[in-house]
Amino acid sequence: MKVQQISIFIENKSGRLAEVARVLGEKGVNIRALSLADTSDFGILRLIVDNTDVAKDILKASGFTVSKTEVVAVEVPDQPGGLSSILGVLDEAKVNVEYMYAFVERNAGNAVIIFRFDETDDAIKVLQQKGISILPGDHIYGL
Amino acid sequence: MIWNEEFETLPREAIASLQAKRLQQTAERVYATVPFYQKQFDKAGFKPDQIKSLDDLKRIPFTLKQDMRDNYPYGLFAKPLDEIVRIHASSGTTGKPTVVGYTRRDIDNWTEMMARSFVAAGASRGDIIHNAYGYGLFTGGLGAHYGAEAIGASVIPMSGGNSKKQLMIMQDFGSTVLTCTPSYSLYLAEIAAEEGIDIRKLKLRVGILGAEPWTEKLRDEIQEKVGIKAIDIYGLSEILGPGVGIECIEAQNGLHIWEDHFIPEIIDPNTGDILPDGEQGELVISTITKEGIPMLRYRTRDITRIIAEPCICGRTHRRLARMCGRTDDMLIIRGVNVFPSQIESVLMDIEGVEPHYVLIVNRDGNLDTLEVQVEVNEQTFSDEVKVLQSLSRTIEKEIKDLLGISCRIRLVEPKTIARSEGKAQRVIDNRPK
Repeated sequence: MKVQQISIFIENKSGRLAEVARVLGEKGVNIRALSLADTSDFGILRLIVDNTDVAKDILKASGFTVSKTEVVAVEVPDQPGGLSSILGVLDEAKVNVEYMYAFVERNAGNAVIIFRFDETDDAIKVLQQKGISILPGDHIYGL
Repeated sequence: MIWNEEFETLPREAIASLQAKRLQQTAERVYATVPFYQKQFDKAGFKPDQIKSLDDLKRIPFTLKQDMRDNYPYGLFAKPLDEIVRIHASSGTTGKPTVVGYTRRDIDNWTEMMARSFVAAGASRGDIIHNAYGYGLFTGGLGAHYGAEAIGASVIPMSGGNSKKQLMIMQDFGSTVLTCTPSYSLYLAEIAAEEGIDIRKLKLRVGILGAEPWTEKLRDEIQEKVGIKAIDIYGLSEILGPGVGIECIEAQNGLHIWEDHFIPEIIDPNTGDILPDGEQGELVISTITKEGIPMLRYRTRDITRIIAEPCICGRTHRRLARMCGRTDDMLIIRGVNVFPSQIESVLMDIEGVEPHYVLIVNRDGNLDTLEVQVEVNEQTFSDEVKVLQSLSRTIEKEIKDLLGISCRIRLVEPKTIARSEGKAQRVIDNRPK
């Protein structure tokens, strides 16, 4: 029920983001989803890719600091109120969201929201109880 | 083990009387042969034959690095060049290099002091000494080399640089003792890890590390990561080169300074007043056996204190506490004295933080600003911004608590701070001079 995400430390200077993309592209790693959190000094690039372990190894070999985290992918209908209903459920159950990002699935017409919770397993239980559709990792990697 | 039992364990009174006699001889010799010293004594209204005891040392004026520059290249030599068998020079990064000359006897004495140092550090004739100090104008390489040969060890004259080759030789030749700067020993451990070599599993057991100030925390880190006993060695070319002082492996606490060759004093760097044993200040050294270029009351600019208590190793020569910086490394930021080593000790106290850092000082209007660049690594990195920001704030707070000044931490990517194969560059001061 969990999705593997890799995070990369990126110093705030020109060319670093491009370097990550170049390294991954060269080795044929496909990026499924990404988000960038930035501060004035540095950014944290979070990626979901088709092959997490390969991506992690080649980025490390290129000198990047990389970590692997488990996130949860939730599917909601791509329509007004879709996100709101999910957040309402989480709020009610007092589940804390560290960060999130979203994208729209190409074919199904649904939105996929990636959540990073501090208590991932508890969050999954809450979502399941409310019948919310959680996408398995393989589904996301293979998009 | 002690290399020269007789001299290294000389009773204190015998050391003092030997020092007084040798001081007087040195003073008389330089007064007769070096115009600079003649002027110094005359200015002070004092003649070398008035030196009756060690107490009279304080009447001799200080000698400064600038005096060496003013007398560049040979002006302070007390022997004609045909008696000089070796010339070394400092790197001269802050001006003309300072030049030193050694007579045959100077080289013999230096070799003796380096031999004592190696043995104090636990080395012996059975060792393979991997000498990664630079060979050349710098005194480190040749100084260590002669001492290593004198104790009968097998010395590998590696010199600095070419780290992968250093590791290959270390592995293949079975090096047991490493001589280099402390920062370089860690750098070698890093390169080893990249090459898939476990440096801790090699035969290395002792590192004799010097030529830059370091901290106890860094010692712990080196001992852990390189898998060696890390021994601090002290020296400076103006006085001798490496081997002026060494920690003994028994105590690993303070560097024995060879008092049959040198007289150490600690002064207040601002007033020049002599400070009592145990108080921290600038180290001043007089050489009392040197022939080529004797130095009377040379201000080393190194900050330390004298440990007068007897040492468990049995040597009677007093110890200098680990150098905690140099008066010219000292930054004055918003009126506060800051030594890079203080920042280092803060960083090393924080779990997971690397000892690689650079201090960048700027002036914004009339205000000095300090930025400390610290490398992120796998241990400190997180996918959450707040975790990294809290790491920055923790470091900022610790520095503020210790030094009373605020600074800004900038987290940078791993291995982006330049690694030095010689002396680490820790400070970039962009303030207008």
